[in-house]
Amino acid sequence: MSISVVKAGLLDSIQDMGRYGYGKWGINAGGVMDAFAARVANMLVGNCSGEPLLEIHFPGPQILFEQNALVSICGADFSPMVNDEYIPLWKPVVVRRNTVLHFPKLNRGARCYLAVHGGFCVDQWLGSGGTHLRAGAGGWKGRPLKKGDELSFKENTVYFSGLLKEDRIVRALPWRADIKNTYHHAHEVFVLPGNEWDVLSLPSKSHFLENNFMIHPSSDRMGYHLKGLPLAMDHELELVSSGVEYGTIQLLPDRQLIVLMADHQTTGGYPRVAHVISAHLPKLAQLRPSECIRFIMTDMVTAERLLAEQHRELQVLQRACLDHLNELVC
Amino acid sequence: MKIFPLGDSAVTIDLGNLISEALNLKILAMSQWILERPVHGLRDVITAYSSLTLLYNPLEVTSKQYSHSTAYEIMRSLLEQAYREAPAKITQAGEPKQIPVCYDESFGPDLQRISEEKQLSRQAIIQLHSERTYRVYMIGFLPGFAYMGETNALLHMPRKSRPLPVMAGSIGITGKQTGIYPLDSPGGWHIIGRTPVKQFDPMAEAPVMLQPGDLVRFYPITSEAFYQGPWKKHRDPCNGAD
Repeated sequence: MSISVVKAGLLDSIQDMGRYGYGKWGINAGGVMDAFAARVANMLVGNCSGEPLLEIHFPGPQILFEQNALVSICGADFSPMVNDEYIPLWKPVVVRRNTVLHFPKLNRGARCYLAVHGGFCVDQWLGSGGTHLRAGAGGWKGRPLKKGDELSFKENTVYFSGLLKEDRIVRALPWRADIKNTYHHAHEVFVLPGNEWDVLSLPSKSHFLENNFMIHPSSDRMGYHLKGLPLAMDHELELVSSGVEYGTIQLLPDRQLIVLMADHQTTGGYPRVAHVISAHLPKLAQLRPSECIRFIMTDMVTAERLLAEQHRELQVLQRACLDHLNELVC
Repeated sequence: MKIFPLGDSAVTIDLGNLISEALNLKILAMSQWILERPVHGLRDVITAYSSLTLLYNPLEVTSKQYSHSTAYEIMRSLLEQAYREAPAKITQAGEPKQIPVCYDESFGPDLQRISEEKQLSRQAIIQLHSERTYRVYMIGFLPGFAYMGETNALLHMPRKSRPLPVMAGSIGITGKQTGIYPLDSPGGWHIIGRTPVKQFDPMAEAPVMLQPGDLVRFYPITSEAFYQGPWKKHRDPCNGAD
């Protein structure tokens, strides 16, 4: 075995980049909430960016390393520690076996990702190794991790052990990912107008764009319920159900908004006021209940350009990480 | 007909925001037309009552293009082409699938209330629900949740004002629709019975029993038959994976 769960966290599940192709069966894509942090975590340890990895919420788990490992933790800062040593985020770290990773304090963010070099052995279901929590399939036995679970690594990472000095339990390798562009202006979220945007009343349109919305405590991987000034439509709409997407912002009958997140249903029937652009889903995924969002309207060209820029940064990072790792082990 | 973006990674074509067999058949034909072609960057196709949504990866969609079109423009023109070139309907489904339903009070907790509200006997409601052949318009909400229609006008009713816990296999009605809850879930439909036939089995080769376009007929069974089977048994999803 490679890691074992000493204590389960609030919700620790194996996720990947989503299970696409089964919408016709009502099976949603799911996958990681913050695809940027998850990709970076994988790249730092030399994995394919879409390798299934562990998504961790606060309070986090306690995880015993049963063998030496090259790991990285990206996304939210839950002040990760190995035994009594803090380990840095957004960096590859070699960890000695028989040590315990734990997360004593929430500093910022909503979920972090633990990647291990080589990846975890997980269950594939419909072409994806992510956990579909509703269906109870894929990932780690179709469920969140619990105490006593033992997850194996796909690869033996013994050749990184030489990087550990004899008296040390961890060693952070000397490079890190630059993440400023993705998470700056953390509370400003760009949106595109939805099909029912024009049916919003004029005052509601200005409320939407000029006021803050607070993320309600009932928010989870399915959706963020927002609390703000009640919004109204110019006239009542009867919509038959149709497809929705991660980032779709719907107006609910109680006149409040919901942003659909990674575990959203495949279809919905509420008015689609707007859609969060893909490049800003990572920072939205790192906002916590009681934090505020401000929506900023943008256009399709900008949305696609921002996503392409984010992608280029990731490509550069991936190349650099592989070069660094190769230098170390050769 | 209207085509509109659903953010920067999805685009929807809506043929009329209606529950209509003709529109749904066209949607299913368009879905088939699109899936028969290699479309670079296409992640998934979601068919619904009168709409079809393409989920795509904008980076992959534009990576093979030499023009400066946005991914949205490329996917939009694919939908326009599918609308023009796909036939008006797919080949109609074969024989209706027969689904056993026990309408006893313990399985259909809302049947008595509907009976009182609609001034119909329980037997009359069971008769009205099970005498029709329904069409599966779409699968959504939950893995394998089939939206079927149309119910007899005597059974039309609005959703419950608030969702209540519903057991897997429960048969619900709302509006002109009837459906089967494939998993335990909160639900706003009125529950009139339950089927012992498993609607969703993640470990089966085809995890979902019904497909869009299928025809369905319900037939009443006793509670003894419900428990004794032989039906495809519900299975604990944790078994087998361990």
